[in-house]
Amino acid sequence: MTRPVVVTGIGLVSSLGEGIETHLAALAGPPRPRIDAERFAPYPVHPMPAIEWDRQIAKKADQRQMEPWQRLGVYTAGLALEAAGLKDEAEAKSRMQMIVAAGGGERDYAVDGQILTGLRNAADPGAFLNERLMSDLRPTLFLAQLSNLLAGNIAIVHGVTGASRTFMGEEMCGVDALRIAQARIASGQVDAMLVGSSYNAERWDSLLIFELGGYLWTRPFAPVWDRPAEGGGLILGSAAAFLVLEARDQAERRGAAIQAELLPVQAARTRRGPGAVPASLRQLWTGAAVPEGATVLSGATGVAGVTEEEREALAQLAPGVPLHATGDLLGHPLEAVAPVGAAIAAALVASRRASDAVATTVGHRRGEGLVRFARAQ
Amino acid sequence: MAQADTDRSGRPLVAVTGMGIVTSLGRGQAENWSALTAGRSGIHAISRFPTENLRTRIAGTIDFEPVEPLCAPMLSERLAELAAEEAVAQAALPRRDEFPGPLFVAVPPVEVEWPQRQTLAEAGSDPAGEVTYAQLLAGAATGRFAPWHDLFTFGTVADRIAERFGTLGSPISLSTACSSGATAIQLGVEAIRRGEAEAALCIGTDGSVNPESLVRFSLLSALSTQNEPPEGAAKPFSKNRDGFVMGEGAAALVLESAASARARGARILGYVLGCGEKGDGFHRTRSSPDGTPIVAAIREAIEDAGLTPDDIDYVNAHGTGTPENDKMEALGCTKVMGERMGSVPISSNKSMIGHTLTAAGAVEAVVSLLTIAKGRLPPTINYAVPDPAIPLDVVPNTARDADVRFVLSNSFGFGGQNTCLVFGAEPK
Repeated sequence: MTRPVVVTGIGLVSSLGEGIETHLAALAGPPRPRIDAERFAPYPVHPMPAIEWDRQIAKKADQRQMEPWQRLGVYTAGLALEAAGLKDEAEAKSRMQMIVAAGGGERDYAVDGQILTGLRNAADPGAFLNERLMSDLRPTLFLAQLSNLLAGNIAIVHGVTGASRTFMGEEMCGVDALRIAQARIASGQVDAMLVGSSYNAERWDSLLIFELGGYLWTRPFAPVWDRPAEGGGLILGSAAAFLVLEARDQAERRGAAIQAELLPVQAARTRRGPGAVPASLRQLWTGAAVPEGATVLSGATGVAGVTEEEREALAQLAPGVPLHATGDLLGHPLEAVAPVGAAIAAALVASRRASDAVATTVGHRRGEGLVRFARAQ
Repeated sequence: MAQADTDRSGRPLVAVTGMGIVTSLGRGQAENWSALTAGRSGIHAISRFPTENLRTRIAGTIDFEPVEPLCAPMLSERLAELAAEEAVAQAALPRRDEFPGPLFVAVPPVEVEWPQRQTLAEAGSDPAGEVTYAQLLAGAATGRFAPWHDLFTFGTVADRIAERFGTLGSPISLSTACSSGATAIQLGVEAIRRGEAEAALCIGTDGSVNPESLVRFSLLSALSTQNEPPEGAAKPFSKNRDGFVMGEGAAALVLESAASARARGARILGYVLGCGEKGDGFHRTRSSPDGTPIVAAIREAIEDAGLTPDDIDYVNAHGTGTPENDKMEALGCTKVMGERMGSVPISSNKSMIGHTLTAAGAVEAVVSLLTIAKGRLPPTINYAVPDPAIPLDVVPNTARDADVRFVLSNSFGFGGQNTCLVFGAEPK
């Protein structure tokens, strides 16, 4: 059994603001990224916009139980459900399944700093660490850090309780979430899925991970394609994107507004080395049967090596087609980069600005992916 | 054709042709099976780190596999590798470094740990001032700790296992909290049933017992605090149960379409016949009080296997030993099986190996398949004070022989995760 899979709802939030139109307008104009260069200097980030959380997360108690990455994700999932006309469809939501791409949640920086300071002169460091952890960690912080608790909170707040899976693993988990969701619906295992991711860039601990590897851009903003010449680097961006995917026959039956068709998602793991990324992208391109003239949205990071290779490969695969980089609009939202690219690509098709659109993902360390949308027939 | 290659729904039957397991009880199927059926516990006092000021000072850590640096991702990777080596060897595939299918691996949370934070603080800060994250970043910016980027990112364990065993495509790292291991198996089953793959390598691994992970569960009052004697602490289904005991371990399954397994003359160890899952939006750590989602997951797994509740011969319980889990699990099983549940044996491997968290569903899958193959039920040990509210046959304290054709294995996790699997010697 194989059946078409369509997008019926898109939720999207980034530093640019919220909603499809905001992002499509930004894509059409000159880059005007919103950057906070002060808070984490010398590391710029694309910060979260101001959000009225109450609009999607009714209970203050629920808001308090979540750290920012979860709140942003739960909020954006609500936007997607609303756009699909399913926000108040309790029965449909109780059958809807989820795949969420996520990392871990933020730490309590004050507590970490105090413990590290105290550890320096502690007579018995092990006993000191245990004592501080037992007394200083908020019991519920763990639940804000567990990867699968974004899905858990979506279930609690929005009632999406079919079942959920959380995929981890930086950029590629967002691609694989879309890939497996598409395959599950296409094969008839399930009729509807909510798929997406959320990333909070305004985190010392996230910056730390990337600075360990020397991946962060520390100069004034430059487009991702221009960064490799100056050593390369990525700017983390807070963003979330969720898509409601449905079997086309079911979407039609319930009279949903069909935005675009999601074709089978392409993903690969290659042994990285010179030429590996272009070869992989060519294979994904062929696998997705991307038609000539398709709009291309790249999730390029700006990291040296893979960014030039991706640009070169796309120039050959899509000659003459303007190349958009989501990184220039809203930074690098790690696990959310593919869902964000997918949301914008689907919106381009839905708004008839493109008949076909693809979003590419080239992980800063590993993995390549391609998500293609076409007009629903 | 002597045997069908598809199930009643016309989907490819999913056979198990290789299994690997490592827990605090030892390496490999033989060591684990002999300990599990002897009723031996792998729980001991923690020696890996100081335990002063902790309420819980015991765990089923794996201390016989040294890794450097000792941290959750390194140990989890090593355990996954050990389990996969055993599984791939048993499957007798033509090549051990070219696995003919995708990888699904359940991995524990990954983050920079305290020893590394301390090192970074030293490298980046003024020794007189307060330590802040800006100083940790300054330490990171020295470039001296570059390998830690890969070490502490979520996708690395899967990437390295994929490289080591030559699995196909984009490897998936996943979490459904304490049901992750079962979900890894479910993803493999689904890939084969959809016809995307002829084989899948499914792994659950967890080597994450460290001070902070222990404190996190401790602060949620989820852990047993009965530190003496350690081997008596995990008491699933007992009236005096007081929480779970953390454990470490990994298990791997080589899944293959029955058709492809037979075509290459592989020995089929059993089948994954059914998978069921259901979310629960009631609470972050507690189940819906009426057990509806648990019941739905169990029912779906049994139906998906083409069976009825009456076909289930044995339940490999999630059985964590927390007051909440065991009560809800007993309720859920009884609602599905009815009165018959009073005589369906149900036992908890966690009474001996502790709760291996991310790995548990996979570890218990291997034990379930061994139970079928050996015709012997591993016991629930430490069952001294029966709970009148759970009047079930928990295979108390001593293993016993039984003819087992179909096993239900339950996995439940924080965040409303309920995943159930049904294994069989043969399809019905």
